Amino acid sequence: MSEKYAARSRAVAARVLDGEMIIMSATDSTLFSLNDVATIIWQSADGQTPLSLIVRDRICVEFDVAQEDAYRDAKAFTEKLASHGILQVSDQPIRDDEPTGSVRR
Amino acid sequence: MKLIERLNEKALVHGVPLSVHLDLTYRCNERCEHCYLEHDDRGEMNTSEIQNLLRQLAEAGVFFLTLSGGEPLVRDDCFEIIEFARALQFNVKLKTNAILIREKEAARLKALAVEQVQISLYSHRAEVHDAITKVRGSLQRTLAGIRVLRAHGLKVSVANVLMKSNASDNEAVGALAGEFGAHYMLDPTITPMIDGGIEVLRYRASAADVAAVFHNSALVGNVEQFCAPPQAIDDSILEGLPCSAGHTACYISPYGDLYPCVQFPLPCGNVRRQKFADIWRNSPQLAEVRSIRAKDLETCSACSHLGSCSRCPGLAYMEGNMRGPSSVDCEKSFLRTQIPSAAMMASGLSQRQAPRSSLVQIQLSQSKNGVASSVAAGQPIN
Ligand code: SF4
Ligand code: SF4
Repeated sequence: MSEKYAARSRAVAARVLDGEMIIMSATDSTLFSLNDVATIIWQSADGQTPLSLIVRDRICVEFDVAQEDAYRDAKAFTEKLASHGILQVSDQPIRDDEPTGSVRR
Repeated sequence: MKLIERLNEKALVHGVPLSVHLDLTYRCNERCEHCYLEHDDRGEMNTSEIQNLLRQLAEAGVFFLTLSGGEPLVRDDCFEIIEFARALQFNVKLKTNAILIREKEAARLKALAVEQVQISLYSHRAEVHDAITKVRGSLQRTLAGIRVLRAHGLKVSVANVLMKSNASDNEAVGALAGEFGAHYMLDPTITPMIDGGIEVLRYRASAADVAAVFHNSALVGNVEQFCAPPQAIDDSILEGLPCSAGHTACYISPYGDLYPCVQFPLPCGNVRRQKFADIWRNSPQLAEVRSIRAKDLETCSACSHLGSCSRCPGLAYMEGNMRGPSSVDCEKSFLRTQIPSAAMMASGLSQRQAPRSSLVQIQLSQSKNGVASSVAAGQPIN
């Protein structure tokens, strides 16, 4: 199984609305609402941490779910978001994409 | 229920200002004859004031941020502000005339992932567009701006305002927008000046032209549905809110004044003197706006159009009563359905009653339509 890396795109808008993460792609204006698991993946998608580690260390710690099932779902989720330009997914660590949310001051 | 509707409902329940329209300046490089603004700078918020405001808006949960003006790009710090807003992860929509947008600007807007650029375009004919903007060559420059934005893959919407001088051009403008791959919007309403001045209303298109738009399937889709008689009024309509203004949306001027909407100039506070969240939560004016349900509306609550009317509480406010009818919307309801509104019936029934149309004249007497003429003569039908 090849490792996967995901990085948040800069081309999105995101806000937490009463605990619910909402994201809109500036590429195709698709609006998403993320559930708790998806929000963890989104927040952890720094381009450096392998998806398998995000699943093992974050998702399986917080939710009662088998690692294999969680990984399969996480992979499908990241691919779906990637198709809307919301995440970048790669077999290699993604270096150059500064995650959005940092404000240059 | 669509996700956006669910989010709006959630925002309403939790009192979150999901959308804010922020005008960065009232200055402009055009002088559109119908514009509702005074263009002099009376002391705009500076870059750091705006950045501070944007931080507060993000904290308050604002997601949709419309940056507009005047012409926002006349500000030297416009891109700095957009960059700051995008770093705070707002969904940014920019309203502009695109005159200052060239290759470099379009590339930058794309890199900043501005979700949408809305551009005013009044005609496909230079002599008409340029006469409205009062800037020679403005049509060519605006079209060049649209072209370069589209070439960079930005989503563009073309916004046209129906006026006397361009009334015959809207289909061609729509077609032009289509050629660019841009979305097209036509607004049949010219709004009064933000200070309540009504001089600009003389540019309004005639009732016949508005009616023609409402019966044009290329513009409204299913005409039969769009012009259908109003639905029966039930409790859900009577308990409904007039619109999102002050509930999940608000407007902030370049001077920091906060209003429920750009078209609803009820002063609710100033972000230079108070925190945004303080005004949003505690303004008595916003509390009053929020307390109004359709059943509380004078005249309108007894109007058969209540459930389908586009009644704007801001226009009603500018006519003197935020709970009253908005005569421009009465006219639109009538022109869609040929059924007179409660306000029209009331003014027709009592000649001594001061017409609400001191602000926006319902141009029934100018209509070629026989039904309209009879209503104008004070003989309500049905
Ligand atoms: S109806 Fe009027 S006040 Fe309400 S959101 Fe629309 S323009 Fe603003
Ligand atoms: S048509 Fe006029 S009176 Fe009737 S609801 Fe609309 S604004 Fe009110």
